[in-house]
Amino acid sequence: MTVATSHDIPGTTLFDGDMAQKGYALNRMCFSFNDAANRAAFLKDEDAYCAKFGLTARQREAVRQRNVLAMIAAGGNIYYLAKLAGIFGFNVQDVGAQQTGISVEAFKARLAEAGR
Amino acid sequence: MARIIGGLGTSHVPAIGAAIAAGRQQEPYWKPFFGGYDAVRAWLGRERPDTVVAFYNDHGLNFFLDKMPTFAVGAAAEYRNADEGWGLPVQKPFRGDPELSWHLIEALVADEFDITTCQEMMVDHAFTVPMSLMYPGGADWPVKVVPVAINTVQHPLPSPARCFKLGRAVGRAIESYAKDAKVLVVGSGGLSHQLDGERAGFINKPFDLMCLEKLQSDPEALTRYSVAELVELAGTQGVELLNWLAMRGALNGQVSKVHGNYHIPISNTASGVLLLENRPLSAIAA
Repeated sequence: MTVATSHDIPGTTLFDGDMAQKGYALNRMCFSFNDAANRAAFLKDEDAYCAKFGLTARQREAVRQRNVLAMIAAGGNIYYLAKLAGIFGFNVQDVGAQQTGISVEAFKARLAEAGR
Repeated sequence: MARIIGGLGTSHVPAIGAAIAAGRQQEPYWKPFFGGYDAVRAWLGRERPDTVVAFYNDHGLNFFLDKMPTFAVGAAAEYRNADEGWGLPVQKPFRGDPELSWHLIEALVADEFDITTCQEMMVDHAFTVPMSLMYPGGADWPVKVVPVAINTVQHPLPSPARCFKLGRAVGRAIESYAKDAKVLVVGSGGLSHQLDGERAGFINKPFDLMCLEKLQSDPEALTRYSVAELVELAGTQGVELLNWLAMRGALNGQVSKVHGNYHIPISNTASGVLLLENRPLSAIAA
């Protein structure tokens, strides 16, 4: 247990050594998406691409379901997952809405409300 | 002798880069944000820094989790931007300042900072968006740059106190540089925001406003937080405040506020800009 995780913050996963180990394959795949050719290869054959990076069954299922919370639980780091979300055509507000279980419009309204 | 003329804290949200590329600066959503940079550009036009030393965080362009330095200092003659995966236009290369870089590296190691030295380093939106906000228009960048990357991705992260001390050491190093140069330090990121988890969308306006005030008047007050407390108060990505604290640490003279702006939301983020002027103590004594 690292010092940082001793402080529990609801709805928040600190990406520490445990998570970095757990999520390595998934994050490594996402890192590869900086390259347009790799993004195209993923879209062409998602199963083969995930297999090439050795995703765990849990990570593979989370990707298959486009489920961001499940990806995070399986060790995904949001900075890398954002590159995967981009392939699916999601921006950070789509990702935020999905994780909080509200519509994108409601999520945007919540953000705007925070500024009042 | 080199001198630090000021410090700029600024947001770097990728959507800002996309808005610049699409020419949306005057749209109602964007105007309150971009309007906050007119005074910054006017100041830059008057003061004309020679070199920008920028504290920023890499988001998975240059560094991956295979090797994750806590602090990394650029030592390249040129820094390239590249595809980050979501269609942002790739910016033209930045001219480095290897001589100042190596001076900083030597001074930081002598000061017991165990940094990673990078003779090759790609810079992502956290570096390029602030530069585009400072110097819009697509002409060649009018300054040399030294990027300093702080890990905000993989915990344990350096503490706010440690980042402030890094800034202090960078400030001392710049002021001991024998060449004449006007240096602007930049802190990139924030303010409060969280992209991941059920708490996605978390924004803390009172905390941000307090930080903007303390960054000017009493930055050491902000160094008392732990990283976990910072995550709780500012969100998982709000820890980018570490870059602002390093920037502020580098300002070692008499500091005064030139300009500030704060706007919610830009994408998922509370956006902030703060320009601080730094008057060297030697100039005040003279």
